[in-house]
Amino acid sequence: MTTSATIESPDLAPATISVKASKAKKKLTSRAATIAAIVIAVFWTIPTFGLFVSSFRPAELITTTGWWTIFQNWGLTFDNYAEVLTKSGASSANLGVYFVNSLIITIPGTLFPMVLALMAAYAFAWIPFKGRDIIFIVVFALQVVPLQLALVPLLQIFSASGIAGTFPAVWIAHTIFGLPLTIFLLHNFISEIPGEVIEAAKVDGASHTQVFFRIILPLTVPAIASVFIFQFLWVWNDLLVALVFSGGTSDVAPLTLRLAQMTGTLGSSWQLLTAGAFVAIALPLVVFFSLQRFFVRGLLAGSTKG
Amino acid sequence: MFELAVGPVSRALVPLVTRGVSESHWWDKWLLLAGGVAVFIAVIGIILFLADKSPKKIRDWAQLLVFVGPSILLLLVGLVYPAVRTIILSAFDDKGTTFVGLSNYLWMVTQPSIVQTLINTVIWVLIVPLASVAFGLAYAIFIDKARGEPVLKSLVFMPMAISFVGASVIWKFMYEYRGSELEQIGLLNQILVWLGFQPQQFLLNSPWNTFFLIIVMIWIQTGFAMVVFSAAIKGIPNEIIEAAKLDGANAWQQFRNVTLPGIRGSMVVVLTTISIATLKVFDIVRTMTGGNYGTSVIANEMYSQTFIQVQPGRGSALAVVLFILVLPIVIYNIRVMRKQKEIR
Repeated sequence: MTTSATIESPDLAPATISVKASKAKKKLTSRAATIAAIVIAVFWTIPTFGLFVSSFRPAELITTTGWWTIFQNWGLTFDNYAEVLTKSGASSANLGVYFVNSLIITIPGTLFPMVLALMAAYAFAWIPFKGRDIIFIVVFALQVVPLQLALVPLLQIFSASGIAGTFPAVWIAHTIFGLPLTIFLLHNFISEIPGEVIEAAKVDGASHTQVFFRIILPLTVPAIASVFIFQFLWVWNDLLVALVFSGGTSDVAPLTLRLAQMTGTLGSSWQLLTAGAFVAIALPLVVFFSLQRFFVRGLLAGSTKG
Repeated sequence: MFELAVGPVSRALVPLVTRGVSESHWWDKWLLLAGGVAVFIAVIGIILFLADKSPKKIRDWAQLLVFVGPSILLLLVGLVYPAVRTIILSAFDDKGTTFVGLSNYLWMVTQPSIVQTLINTVIWVLIVPLASVAFGLAYAIFIDKARGEPVLKSLVFMPMAISFVGASVIWKFMYEYRGSELEQIGLLNQILVWLGFQPQQFLLNSPWNTFFLIIVMIWIQTGFAMVVFSAAIKGIPNEIIEAAKLDGANAWQQFRNVTLPGIRGSMVVVLTTISIATLKVFDIVRTMTGGNYGTSVIANEMYSQTFIQVQPGRGSALAVVLFILVLPIVIYNIRVMRKQKEIR
C-alpha cells in the first residue's frame, strides 16, 4: 500500500505520503490485531461458554455427548437448575440453602470491613498522630501475609468464645482478613481529597466525626463502589475461610464450599455440577458487569500507586 | 468490642438456626443477619457519638481512638497475634505441648511427598506470573488497536469475577476423560481425538497434571495483567509514539523502545501481585485434585496437615514457609511505597 501510494502520485509532497502511509499501515495493523484479539477472546470464553451450554442440557445427553454436538443431539431443559436449587436431601446439591448462606455471609462480610476501613483510612490520611506512618506500613504489609498463618489460632479464639462454626465467626474472620486491603485502597482515595476542603471545615469548628460524614463520605462514593466490588468478590468467592470457620454444614457454609464438595462426591453428575457452578458464579458476574468501571478503577488505584 | 457485642446475640440465635432447615425456620438466618448488622451499626454509631460529645480536652484523642481503634484492635487480635502464635506452634508437636525445635521443618525436607509439594509451588510461581504477563501484555497491545475494545476486554477480564472453585469446575469439565471407545464430553480430549491421539487423564498423570492446574490460574490472572497493562499503554504520551514512528521504528522496535519502558512500573506491580496470589493458591488444587496425584502445593498441604491429618505443628511450619516465601515481595513493596511517599 505504501509503495503504490508513492507510485500513483509521485508529485505529492513527502509529508502527505507519510501521513497516508501511516494511515494505511494503521488500518492494516488494526485489522490483524483485531483478529488476533478475537481469537484470544474466543479461547478465553470457550470453557465458560461450554459449561453454560451444558448446564441447560438433559442429564442423559450431557454425560454421553459433547456440548459442541448440541445441534445433532438437541435438547434443552431447566431441570438441572430446578434440581440443584430446590431438591433437598442428603445426596442432593441443596444449593438454594447454600445460596442464602452465601448472602448471609457476604452482606456483613462486605459491610463490616468497609465501614471500619473507611474510618481507619480517614484517620490514617487526615488525623496526624504519633507512629502513624509506621502503623500504616504494617497494615499495608499485612495485606500479603498468608491467611494460613492466622487460621489455627483464630479458630482457637472462636472456639474459646463459643462462636466457632457460626455466621458471626465467618463475619468476623472476613472483616479481619479484608481490613488491610480495604484500608489501603480507601486510604489511596481519601488522601487525595484536597486538604483545603478539610481545613476549611475544621476552621469552622467541625469535629472529625462531622468532617467524616459531611465531606469524606460524599466525596468517596466512587471509591466505595470500587472497594465494595473487591470485598464482595473476595467474600462471595472465598473457599478457605469458609472451610475453616463455617463448620462445613448447610447451616452456615456458602455456595463455594458446597460446590467444592460436589466436585468430589457428585463428580460425575455433570448436570448438577454445571448448573451448580452457574448458580455460584451468577451473582458475581452480574455485579462485575454492572460495576466493571469501578472495579478497574480500584484495581489501578491499588496496583499502580502502591 | 464488636466481638463482645455480637457474642451473646449469636449464642441466643444460633440454636434456632442449627435446629435444622425445616420450612418454618427459614427466616432464622435472616433474623441473625438483621440482628448482626443492627448491633454493628449501633455500636459504631454509639462510639462515634460518644467520641464526638466527649469533653473538648480529650475530644481529638477520643475521636482518633474511635476511628482507628477498632481496625487496629481487630488486626492485632485476628492477624498479628495469630501469626506470631503460628510461628511458635510450628516448633511444637501435634498436640501443641512438647517443644520439638525445628523437627517439623526437618520433616518437610525429608518427606518425599512434601518435597514434591515445595517443588510444585516453585513451578507454579515460575510459570503463572510469566505466562499471565505474556498473554496479558500481548492481548493489551492487540486490543489497543482493535475495534470493539470494551467487549473484548470484558471477555478476558471475566474470569476475575469467577471464584477459583467455579473456575475449577469449568476446567474440570474441559479436562473430563472418557475411554477412547466412548464419545468424549471434555473439549480438550475431543480435540486430541480429532487430531488422532488417545484421550488423556489430564488431572491424574503426574507430572503434567500440575501443568494443567496451572493453566486454570493463568486463565484467571491474565485478565488482571491485561487491564493494568492496557491502562499503562494508554498512559504513554502519543507524541513519543508518533516520534518513534517518524523515526521509522517498526512494530518490534516500537514495543522494545517505547511500550516496554512505558509500562515498566506496571510490570513490576503485576508480577509481584500475581506471584503472591500464586504462592497462596489453594482453592484450585483443593477442588480439582484435592492435592492428590502429586499436585499438592504448600497452601493446600498446610490445610491437609492441619485440619485433616490433625498435625497443627506441621501445618504451622508449612504456613511459616509460605510466609517466608512472600516476605521478600512484601519488603520490596514497602520500599517502593516509601519511595513514592517521599516523592509526593
